[in-house]
Amino acid sequence: MKKIRKTRRLGSVMAVLTAALIVSLLVSVVLGRYPISIFQSFGILLNGLSSKLGLGELLPVTWTGTQTSLLLNHRLPRIILACMVGCCLSTAGAAYQGVFQNPMAAPDILGASSGAAFGAALAILLHLGSTMIVVLSFSCSILTVLLVIYTGERLRGKKAVGLILAGIMIGSLVSSGTSFIKLVADPENDLPAITYWLMGSLNGTKPSDVLFALIPMTLGTVPLLLLRWRINVLTLGDDECRTMGVNAKRLRIAVILFATLITAASVSVSGMIGWIGLVIPHFARRLVGNNYKKLLPVTMLFGAVFLLLVDDVSRNLFSTEIPIGILTSIIGVPFFLYLISGEGEKL
Amino acid sequence: MSLCAENLHYSYGDRPVLKGVSFTAEAGEFLSVLGPNGVGKSTLFRCILGLLTPTQGRTVIDGKDTSQMHPEELARRIAYIPQSHSPVFNYSVEDMVLMGTTSRVGRFAAPGKAQQAQAMDALERLGIADLASCGYQSISGGERQMVLIARALAQQTQILIMDEPSSSLDFGNRIRVMQTVKKLTGEGYTVIQSTHDPDQAFYYSDRILALQDGKVLAWGHPKELLCNSLISALYGTEVEVYSLRDDSVRICVPADQHR
Repeated sequence: MKKIRKTRRLGSVMAVLTAALIVSLLVSVVLGRYPISIFQSFGILLNGLSSKLGLGELLPVTWTGTQTSLLLNHRLPRIILACMVGCCLSTAGAAYQGVFQNPMAAPDILGASSGAAFGAALAILLHLGSTMIVVLSFSCSILTVLLVIYTGERLRGKKAVGLILAGIMIGSLVSSGTSFIKLVADPENDLPAITYWLMGSLNGTKPSDVLFALIPMTLGTVPLLLLRWRINVLTLGDDECRTMGVNAKRLRIAVILFATLITAASVSVSGMIGWIGLVIPHFARRLVGNNYKKLLPVTMLFGAVFLLLVDDVSRNLFSTEIPIGILTSIIGVPFFLYLISGEGEKL
Repeated sequence: MSLCAENLHYSYGDRPVLKGVSFTAEAGEFLSVLGPNGVGKSTLFRCILGLLTPTQGRTVIDGKDTSQMHPEELARRIAYIPQSHSPVFNYSVEDMVLMGTTSRVGRFAAPGKAQQAQAMDALERLGIADLASCGYQSISGGERQMVLIARALAQQTQILIMDEPSSSLDFGNRIRVMQTVKKLTGEGYTVIQSTHDPDQAFYYSDRILALQDGKVLAWGHPKELLCNSLISALYGTEVEVYSLRDDSVRICVPADQHR
């Protein structure tokens, strides 16, 4: 069969995904053990905004102070963060797949996740408080990736393979550091906290987490969006890329750094959430094809909707919350197997 | 556009591969590079394309040293047509050809309507416009080679460098690709190809560059060069060259009669 599967038009796919995002946002606001209706949420937001602007309260208050505090300090930040993390992990996955010419590449291969885990475990062990957990995991993540890039550039042979090898080696070194921290951690309080963090969760998201993650996430996603056409050329290999006028080495380093920045920002606020960076880009490839001009925007929206919905399940399915990292694996693995077997595209 | 290689040297570590290669390709010329495996044909091309920096010597295009050019500027003058390959991701043929226009769009931009028109134009000139929406991985080897030529046309350069374009193709596709390339030289393109087939080099090319041991063994018109002694010396085996059709075709056959 010669014809490529007719890829759907970018405009209609984006319209459907945007609609899906809006609907899931509304549903997520309502869902929760403590009931808040859509109208109440809307009223809380509108009145909050108007009193900030000095206009007084525009709508009659039909809600309690608990509801206001719950929505503004817990539910809404968590919803926004779920979208941001989903968007960033998926985008990073798509970017890494292009840079390494490897459809199996995912955000954790360069040690970004294991570095973040080490930093967070260290911060919990030393009782540094929740802000320092985020700061330390973010900086350890970036440091690990820089070390991996430095090592990978020194290995002989194909650069893309060298980086992956370096990622595996440095990643396992850092993971053994995390294991050591777990060994010496106080088994009553610290060890459960570390273990829970490593499972990945958006539980306990604060408004400050959203603000903390927003800056690096914007600094990473905007350049990736701007460079997305050139990632196509990079997938053809360094030589062809160069003869078409693109400096392959510089572009690869830039894409890796931006993708790592958003991975580190995500992992530092949400813990280890696996699979999404692999599954979402593949699903987007099935929808609109491999051209990054279309692939990247679709991946971003799709990732945001997906993680938001999974997080809804995570906080509403049982009375105790299921860590979202467990859910993304349970959903991601069978889904990925479906994508790559029989029905799916050949890898 | 003319291309002039001046005294190119290149060594991998302390193993010299090119030991002073010089030649000129004029506008509209079809130059075939002949030589045994490992003689440095690919290294020569990589030096010309700016993928390797020659240890000595330089390449000049229309009076300008290529080592002084930015990659984008070089990509607007020379296009590289690799052997038909299989990239990791299945791009549509149209996207594949569009990638050739990258050096002419802004660094943070994607090709727009104008570039899409150029890509379709390139596909139409080669008579493969109906492949535009096919997946590059699902078309045949011969079609892939034509798509890569279309990509080079969309790159809008006057010089095309082809690495053994016909080596992996069947007999019919080999002829189709060669005729296409020959037609392009008639339109003013300068084509430099490497090949393992002296018969084909004689039939299609305007000039031949024979490389031996990292040096130029001979450079000139096929009629003067393609003879028993040169081919035998070049490949290190006794060969007899016969002429057919009023010397418009020459074929090389092994000299030994014991089969």
